[in-house]
Amino acid sequence: MERFGKITGEPAGPRETQVTQPMEKQPNPPQPWDRLKRNPVAMAGLLIVGVVVLAAVLAPWAAPYDPVEQFPEGLSSEGRPFGPTARFWLGTDLLGRDLFSRLLYGARVSLLVGVVANGAALAIGTLLGGMAGYFKGWAGSVFMRFTDMMMAFPALLLAIALSAILRPSLWIVALVIALVNWVWIARVVYSQMLALSAREFVEAARAIGVPTGRLLARHLLPHLLPTLLVWGTLGISTTVLFEAALSFLGVGVRPPTPSWGGIINESQSYFLDAPWLVAAPGMAILLTSLAFNLVGDGLRDALDPQMRGR
Amino acid sequence: MVTYLLVRLGQALLVLFGIVLMTFLLAFILPADPARMIAGQSATAETVQRIRHELGLDQPLAVQFSRYLGQVARGNLGRSYAQKVDVAALLRSRFPATVELMVAGIVFELLIGLPAGILAAVRRDTWLDRGVMVGAFLGVSAPQFAVGLLLLYLVAFRLSLLPLGGYGSLAHLILPALTLGIAGGGWYARVMRSTMVEVLGQDFVRTARAKGLPPAQVVGRHALKNAVLPIVTMVGLDFGTFMGGVVVVESVFGWPGIGQLAWQAIQIVDIPVILGVVIFSALAIVTGNLLADLTYPWLDPKIRYQ
Amino acid sequence: MRRLLGILLALMLLLPAAGLSQGARGAVVIAFKDDISTLDPAIGYDWQNWSIIKSLFDGLMDYEPGTTTLVPHLAESYTISSDGRTYTFKIRRGVTFANGREVTAADFKYSLERTLNPKTQSPGAGFFGGIRGAKAFQDGKAKEVTGIRVVDPQTLQITLDEPNAAFLHTMAINFSHVVPKEEVEKAGADFGHKPVGTGAFRLKEWVLGQRLVLERNPDYFLKDRPRAAEIVIQVGVEPSVALLRFQRGEVDILGDGIPPARFVQVIKDPKLKGLVVTGEQLHTGYVTINTQVKPFTDVRVRRAINMAIDKTKIVRIINNRATPATQVLPPRMPGYDRAYKGYAYNPAGARRLLAEAGYRNGFSTVLYANNTDPNPRIAQAIQADLRRIGVRVELKTQAQSTVIEAGGTKGKAPLIWSGGMAWIADYPDPNNFYWPILSCAARGPGSWNWAWYCNQRAEQMAKAADAMVRADQAGARAERFQAMYRVVMADAPWIPIFNERRYTMRSARLSGPTAIFVDPIHIPVHYDEVGLK
Repeated sequence: MERFGKITGEPAGPRETQVTQPMEKQPNPPQPWDRLKRNPVAMAGLLIVGVVVLAAVLAPWAAPYDPVEQFPEGLSSEGRPFGPTARFWLGTDLLGRDLFSRLLYGARVSLLVGVVANGAALAIGTLLGGMAGYFKGWAGSVFMRFTDMMMAFPALLLAIALSAILRPSLWIVALVIALVNWVWIARVVYSQMLALSAREFVEAARAIGVPTGRLLARHLLPHLLPTLLVWGTLGISTTVLFEAALSFLGVGVRPPTPSWGGIINESQSYFLDAPWLVAAPGMAILLTSLAFNLVGDGLRDALDPQMRGR
Repeated sequence: MVTYLLVRLGQALLVLFGIVLMTFLLAFILPADPARMIAGQSATAETVQRIRHELGLDQPLAVQFSRYLGQVARGNLGRSYAQKVDVAALLRSRFPATVELMVAGIVFELLIGLPAGILAAVRRDTWLDRGVMVGAFLGVSAPQFAVGLLLLYLVAFRLSLLPLGGYGSLAHLILPALTLGIAGGGWYARVMRSTMVEVLGQDFVRTARAKGLPPAQVVGRHALKNAVLPIVTMVGLDFGTFMGGVVVVESVFGWPGIGQLAWQAIQIVDIPVILGVVIFSALAIVTGNLLADLTYPWLDPKIRYQ
Repeated sequence: MRRLLGILLALMLLLPAAGLSQGARGAVVIAFKDDISTLDPAIGYDWQNWSIIKSLFDGLMDYEPGTTTLVPHLAESYTISSDGRTYTFKIRRGVTFANGREVTAADFKYSLERTLNPKTQSPGAGFFGGIRGAKAFQDGKAKEVTGIRVVDPQTLQITLDEPNAAFLHTMAINFSHVVPKEEVEKAGADFGHKPVGTGAFRLKEWVLGQRLVLERNPDYFLKDRPRAAEIVIQVGVEPSVALLRFQRGEVDILGDGIPPARFVQVIKDPKLKGLVVTGEQLHTGYVTINTQVKPFTDVRVRRAINMAIDKTKIVRIINNRATPATQVLPPRMPGYDRAYKGYAYNPAGARRLLAEAGYRNGFSTVLYANNTDPNPRIAQAIQADLRRIGVRVELKTQAQSTVIEAGGTKGKAPLIWSGGMAWIADYPDPNNFYWPILSCAARGPGSWNWAWYCNQRAEQMAKAADAMVRADQAGARAERFQAMYRVVMADAPWIPIFNERRYTMRSARLSGPTAIFVDPIHIPVHYDEVGLK
């Protein structure tokens, strides 16, 4: 599986002794954007993201055919799919459907699952990690042991079991991925929260009696935002890969809904005969995942100048 | 040190207990009946009921769970429903293949990632650096199953250089390990680069440079030594991620390892096997992390345990 | 760093170089993808171990190689009482187990009771439930099965509650094969991995996850069998890899058949196509229509969706490796109705019939299918066909265990595509397609009657046919079943989709008639009959 948790690419110290970079600057919106604009690699990523989003939104108009239409002329008399032709630009799949149209619609699944699953994982991770980090003590200990357990559980097996139990649909797949992925985000938020809540301005706010809820929402959350933004972007990349892997194993989004991983799953046994059925969706997954990684990486540089060049 | 070890071991046991409990719950609510799977197509409802009773599946969850725990405590992982073999024997027969794959995968990760990372750090902020980093992201962003299938198509089928999947010789190992290595190499390159950048900026390296040591020696002798730490952590973590993730690569290459075993067991609700695999891989993950933590003081005397 | 790499490299060199040990050149080599599970005849019940067990053990009856003709095997002869309830078997003298002890009637009684004993967890216990006293024994009310009587060491008598024309078939299936009590007790739960039987082969070596080697039993009671000295069964070999090894001459038989992806190339390849062997199986792939779920309670709706499926198209999706099916029974089964044409493909007619039933605008329903290729594709083709007559189908492609569970749950699964799960006959008798999967007797929670179908008239017809036990009644009995299946098809509880054909390959160095490579009972080959040139 792709590795969750190494997303930041930062060296991790021993778990309990990890020290997070304190952020000295208050977030300052216009500056990061300018820095991002000057990063050609990140801008290239942003461009690809734009194209994928456009493909997903415009699929009904841009796709030459209905993605689930099985054309009798899309298969040879022996049941073999066709490579790229004038009629079917990227060729047909094993049921005689137009691969190009399926790829366009597949972008919807990937993006939707990516955004929803990662959003949910962010929400759960921030809530639990933030609480545990703020209250520390036994809440922190319970949190650490529980996340230890989640991290030691083979992620893909957990996801497979969950999707066997729950009613399979696009939203459930997103939920399953979120349930598996939130831990890593929670750990990061937790350690940041630990560092933050020891800072003077928090002590001061507590001393003058600012209510806990308000302190969390007004004063602490804004400090977490840059981290969450970076993780939110990078995480989409991992989520897209995870969804594809689940679909590839046949436990993801149900057919005939076109999903990139699902197309590869269906074509797997024929890949020697029809490699384009693996190459085209594989490329789509690669580009999408790459784009979000590049943007996320650029965002991190832009939001945290201290990390620049590291 | 001893106290620290004991605390860590206690935590590990707690984690394992939680994992067994969770797996048990998952298996219990799975909408499938193992007795039916054992009984096969022509069995009457009566036969199924009898098998269910013999397996103790008609007992309440708590009874089944405590029975299982007692069994595991005595070192018995039970028998596979489908294959009628000790789960321990099954794991033993599958384990070597997975370990081979993991070790070879890590070797590839290091071979790809470390040189790339060092190169990027030394030529920092050049186009070479940028190119390597985009390349690293490409590796990280590539879906493993597609990479595996395409490697099979190009290297094994078109060029006939290596076997078309399967298990056996060292030649069989190359493509699946490379598939793992491509994704992992990207991470290693990134980590290596950032650590090296940091180390190269430190005083003792500057001093060494000032003394006129050749750059290769500065990097090789001084900088690299200090960059090992995060890499060791990552290798430790990798045993974990690989354990959870080899399912995909094993399924693409027909590699007879633990992942394939787990996948088959899930399909037919062979609960003892599922539990065995989960316990086993959790154990590997916990051990991997523990070992990584324990190696720190050996590598860097500045770190002490709290 | 260098130290770390050194350690890793050293580790790699220490790894066992597995797979280098191929079988001896005098051996027939077969490659499978999946592991072989147990070889205990009372327990083994998958297509892979089924024929291996048959070569390690023997039953009272067997089939002539390559056919479905039943002949006495360890029984020398048998007689049937005039009421058709009592069978008396004369047991062949001088047959010995691999441990040297001679087989007697008591061994058969022990073996049958072992299969019936709930402690054994035999999936085949149900086949022998019709023997007098079996129920009482299973419920623990009796110490033995009264209907199985050892008259003398060479005579075994079995009495049934009801006459059953298929009974002799159950004496040929693995679950009634004879095992030595002393060895079973010695091995305990491991008997399936240390099998001791009377068969043509003995287990020589079994390396879990790698290979299994059978060697010739020099004391086998049929003097010129087996023809091969050794059979090497390799496991963990992907079908595409197996084909490559076959082409290099390292493998003689493709256990899993020709891989779908290479199929078209293979049958076009001038060098390879001569080695392809084709045969019919006793298989029907079908969609069950749950007769208890609306709107399928209406026979017109069931008939309509029967007419909506373009079976030729579905057959093309699996590269024409099957023939479209019209009825329940496969063509090689006695009782197959050549004259019966079934529901022809007619979407317009289907739409009319739906309108007549009050579903002018169609309806929504759910189709379950196994999630292994090609089943999700076939399910999608069915979905697309039904869409054309206005039936909106939601697909649920799941692990087979989940689908089987849904099928056996009352009112749960409206439609199920049976591919990857059902149905290959346990024995070549037409009643095997009725009693477990279509009968009133089977219908209930957890059964394989996924259509939840029950027609008392068909049930009576099947019972009457099963009472015709004399050999000279076989033709008439087959006709009775033909009539019975016509009644079933009029009710349309299934959409029969296709009968799969088996395509396999045998290397040029193998000898033996073609029929043994597509034996309807022994898959992928009749091990006793295959030899080297």
